[in-house]
Amino acid sequence: MFDLTGKNALITGASGGIGGAIAKALYDAGATVVLSGTREEPLKALAAELGERAHVITCNLSEKESVEALPKAAVEAMGSVDILVNNAGITRDNLFMRMSDDEWDSVLNVNLTSTMRLCKGVLRGMMKARWGRIVNISSIVGATGNPGQGNYAASKAGMVGMSKSLAYEVATRGITVNCVAPGFIATAMTDKLTDDQKEKINVQIPTGRMGTPEEIAAAVLYLSSQEAAYTTGTTLHVNGGMAML
Amino acid sequence: MSDIADRVKKIVVEHLDVEEDKVTETASFIDDLGADSLDTVELVMAFEEEFGIEIPDDAAETIQTFGDAVKFITEAS
Repeated sequence: MFDLTGKNALITGASGGIGGAIAKALYDAGATVVLSGTREEPLKALAAELGERAHVITCNLSEKESVEALPKAAVEAMGSVDILVNNAGITRDNLFMRMSDDEWDSVLNVNLTSTMRLCKGVLRGMMKARWGRIVNISSIVGATGNPGQGNYAASKAGMVGMSKSLAYEVATRGITVNCVAPGFIATAMTDKLTDDQKEKINVQIPTGRMGTPEEIAAAVLYLSSQEAAYTTGTTLHVNGGMAML
Repeated sequence: MSDIADRVKKIVVEHLDVEEDKVTETASFIDDLGADSLDTVELVMAFEEEFGIEIPDDAAETIQTFGDAVKFITEAS
């Protein structure tokens, strides 16, 4: 099950904890991967760890030209993009009443607008191939909201609506578009929390613990597979039961 | 019929799976040939590849019929 041999995948934000795990899961399932991110060194380290079917293409998702060049560079490296995982995202938290235009714009631009541009960039090839998988990494926060994250939550909820609309448009072409919405996942970001803060989070999660990047990657692997051909326009919530949506 | 028209017709017939004699000068891709809006996008993509031209989005929107396509491509190539 879930054999991706011969498929080519582009993963953004691959230098992060979740993105790295997604890249590894797709690679281990047989896919060729392009690892994208802003920092070259961790991407190269990951590519070396994975093996010869892993390529590195850096990209600054806040720059339109850089974003538009990425799908083309990925096609040059791999021959096609059959699977696109929009995983990269940033936060610039602030109370709504204090949030600046810049904080709003930068988060929407990187999280939502770049996702739109990358989807557009890979669609032509997918339409011709009559096969494609787009997996957009949303967030529990997009569905539940979170104080201090009005911009981030808007971007993540925006991804869901965009994905559903696109899923409608391309469904007859063998292309599926889905979201995965992680809850609290143990990464470098959550390592910074104090034990007390972690404990407070864990009591809100029915499973009593944070998720692992591998548990998100497993959801992405499923949605990238041939087996998931009939699953489109959906959001798979992977949050330990924290929000049962 | 010109070479361009023949090549355009071949693409339309293959892509929309219609009879060749239905692809007339004034045949509308959507109203007469059963295309949906995404089919028209794909047709434009196919024209671009066949003829090695770029068809910008605003121009693509004006290509509604077989005749429109042949005229645009003849002028562009």
